[in-house]
Amino acid sequence: MKKRRLVIRSIILLLLGSAVVYTLYANFTKDTKQKVAVGAQAPDFALVDMQGNKHQLSDYKGQGVFLNFWGTWCPPCKKEMPYINNQYHQYKDKGVQVLTVDIQESELAVNQFAERLKLDFPIMIDTDKEVMNTYGIDPLPATFLIDKNGKVVEYYTGELTEEKVREFMEKIKP
Amino acid sequence: MKDVKCECGHVNPHGTVLCEACGKELINQTNSEQLIDMRYEGSARRSQTYNKTIIDKIWNFFSSVKVGVWLIIITLIASSLGTILPQEMYINLPADVYYEQEYGWFGKLYYQLGFNNLYGSWWYLILIAMIGISLVICSLDRVVPLYKALKAQRVTRHEGFLKRQRVFGVNEIASESDFATIKKHLQKRRYHIREENGDILAEKGRFARWGPYVNHVGLIIFLFGGMLRFIPGMYVNEDLWVREGETAVVPETDGQFYLQNNKFILEHYDKNKDKTFEKAIEKAGEVVKNYQSNVVLYKRVGQNLPGEKPTLKKIKDYKVRVNLPLQYEGYSVFQSSFRNELSKMSFALTNQQTNKSAGELTIDLTDPKMKYDLGKGYSVEILNYFPDFEFADNGEPTTKSRVPNNPAFVFRMVSPEKPKGETSFVAIKQTIEPFGDNQYKMSFKGIETKNVSGFIVRKDSTLWAIILGGIIFMIGVIQGAYWNHRRIWIQNKNGQVWIAAHTNKNWYGLKREIEGVLAETNLAMPIDQAQIEEMDKGGV
Repeated sequence: MKKRRLVIRSIILLLLGSAVVYTLYANFTKDTKQKVAVGAQAPDFALVDMQGNKHQLSDYKGQGVFLNFWGTWCPPCKKEMPYINNQYHQYKDKGVQVLTVDIQESELAVNQFAERLKLDFPIMIDTDKEVMNTYGIDPLPATFLIDKNGKVVEYYTGELTEEKVREFMEKIKP
Repeated sequence: MKDVKCECGHVNPHGTVLCEACGKELINQTNSEQLIDMRYEGSARRSQTYNKTIIDKIWNFFSSVKVGVWLIIITLIASSLGTILPQEMYINLPADVYYEQEYGWFGKLYYQLGFNNLYGSWWYLILIAMIGISLVICSLDRVVPLYKALKAQRVTRHEGFLKRQRVFGVNEIASESDFATIKKHLQKRRYHIREENGDILAEKGRFARWGPYVNHVGLIIFLFGGMLRFIPGMYVNEDLWVREGETAVVPETDGQFYLQNNKFILEHYDKNKDKTFEKAIEKAGEVVKNYQSNVVLYKRVGQNLPGEKPTLKKIKDYKVRVNLPLQYEGYSVFQSSFRNELSKMSFALTNQQTNKSAGELTIDLTDPKMKYDLGKGYSVEILNYFPDFEFADNGEPTTKSRVPNNPAFVFRMVSPEKPKGETSFVAIKQTIEPFGDNQYKMSFKGIETKNVSGFIVRKDSTLWAIILGGIIFMIGVIQGAYWNHRRIWIQNKNGQVWIAAHTNKNWYGLKREIEGVLAETNLAMPIDQAQIEEMDKGGV
C-alpha cells in the first residue's frame, strides 16, 4: 500500500517534471538553435555562379568545402574576401573547394565587388534566400566547413584572418 | 501507520477526521460543543499524514493550498512587473541601449534584472509550471479521498456527527404518515433518498462537489496547450515580406508553399463618396479603408534543392485583407503591414551648357544593368552602385545594406564629344564631379516606387487544447457554482427524531427547502446553530 503510493507519486512527479524540463529546454533552444548543427550532414543545395556554372554541394563529395555566406555591404566580408581568395589558390589543388554565397543582391553589385577585390573563386547569388534559410544564417559573414564526407565540421560567424582561413582549409583537407 | 477502525465497523484510512461511513469524530480537533469542520468530509488528505521520503516531501509541498495561493500571488506580481516598461519584442533598438536611453537608471536596472523579456524568462516559466504542478497535486490529493468518503457514507450517522451539524433539530415524536409526507416532499424536490432501519438520508447535487476539480482539469489542459507551442511545428508565427510582382517561399513550410504578391492596395475613405463619415474624415484627416494584397498561393511539385528553381502548381488566388487571411492546410497568411520601396530611378543624360537631353534611362534598383546604350554614340555605364549609400569612416562611399533606401551611383558618361567618358557621382540631391567640370550630367527625372506587403504567417495546432481546456474550465465553474450539494438526515435516535442538514453553500436555500419538506407534518424546523453562535457572540 505504502509502496504503491510512493510509486504513483513518483510517476506523477516524474511526468510533471519532465514536461517542465522539456518546456524550459525548448524555450531556451528556440532562439539559439542552429539549423545545421556541427557533425550533421550539410544540406545539399544547387546554385549558379556568376559565370553560369552550376554548383551542387553533393558534387564535391570527396573534397573539403569551404562555404562562405556574405554581402557586398558587410564590412567584415569585404576584409576577409581577399584572404579567402589567397588561400583558395593555395588549396584548390589539394582538394578544398571554396563556394561563396551572396545573399540576395544584384548581379551588378556582386560583379563589381568581385572585380574590385579580384576574386576568382565561384560566387553564387542566393536570390530567394533559400540556401540562407536552409542553413539558418543570421549574421554575416558566416562560414561552414564541410569535410569530404559532406559533414559539417565547423560553423563560424564573424571576420576571418588569413591565418584562420588557412587553419580552416587545413582542417577540411581530405 | 495503520488504518483506523471506527466503532461502526468501517475501516478508515489513517488520518481520517470523521468516519467515512457514520461520521463519528475519530480525531478530536475541536471541543465537542463546536460545529464539525465538514471540509473534504473530514477525509484523510494523504499529504497531511505521510512525510517519509523526499517524494512525499515534494508532494506535500505542492499539495498545500497555501503554497498554491502564494505561487499565484507571486506570479501575479511578476506579471505586473513586466507591464511597467515595454517588453523587448516591442522595441526597435538593442535592449542594452534602449532601456537606459529611454528610462535612465530605472530602465538600466529593469534591463539588468532581466525584466526586458520577463514572460519568456526561466523563472517566470518555472513559476507557471509550479502553479500547474500545484494544481494537479492539490486536486488529486483532495478529490480522491473526498470521492471515497462520499461513496462510503452510510445512512445512519453517529450522534455526534448529527448534533454538530450546522442545521440541527430534535423532535420528540413523529408518526408514520409524517415520514411518508417527508419522503414525498423530498422526492418532489429531486432528492435521492436512501433508507436504513427507518433512518433517512436525502441527498442531491453531489456532482457539484466535482466542479472545482473539473475546473482544474480544464486549467491543466489549458496549460498543456500552452506547452504544446514549444514543440517544433505546432506553432508558427513568422513575418513574410513580398514585393509586388515577386514570389517568396512561405517560411516554416519546408519550402512547400510559395506566395506571389501581385498587387498591394491601400484605400482611403473618400470624403465625397462616404458622406456619412464626412465630418469624421475632416477631423481625422486620411482614414484607411482597406489594406489588401492580391496574392497567388503555389505549392511545390516534386523535389528541388534549395537554390534551384522549383516547379510550382497554382493552388488559389486570394485577396488578403485585414482579418481575412488566406487559409490553407492549417496555415493562415494575414495582411499585417506594408512599406514603400524605391524600385526604379530615371535620369536624363544632359549637356550642361545647352541643357539638351541626349536620352533617358531607367535603372531597376534591385537589378541594375552595367551599361545603358542611348544610341548615337551616347551611353552610360554604372561603375559603382550603392543601394543604401553612406560615407564610411574612412571617407569612402559604401552601402549600409542591400535595400535601396538611398541609392547612389558612380556613372561613366560616354558621348561623341567625350568618347573616353566623364565620371560623376550621383546620389539623391547631390552630384559630385571628382575630376573637375564635366560637359554632361545625369539629371534626375523621377522615381518609381513599389509596395512591399508585410504578411504574418501563422499556424496554431494548439488551439484545440486551449479551447477544450477553456470549455472544461467553464463547465467546472458552472457545475460548482449553480448546483449545491445538499444532504438532509432524518434519523431515529434515543426514541427521538433528529433532523440535521448540510450543504456546501447557500444555507438559506437549504433551510427554505427543509421548510418545504417539513410542511404539513408535526416536525419542527431545525435550527441554524451557526446563527445562534453568532448571536451569542454579537450579543444581538
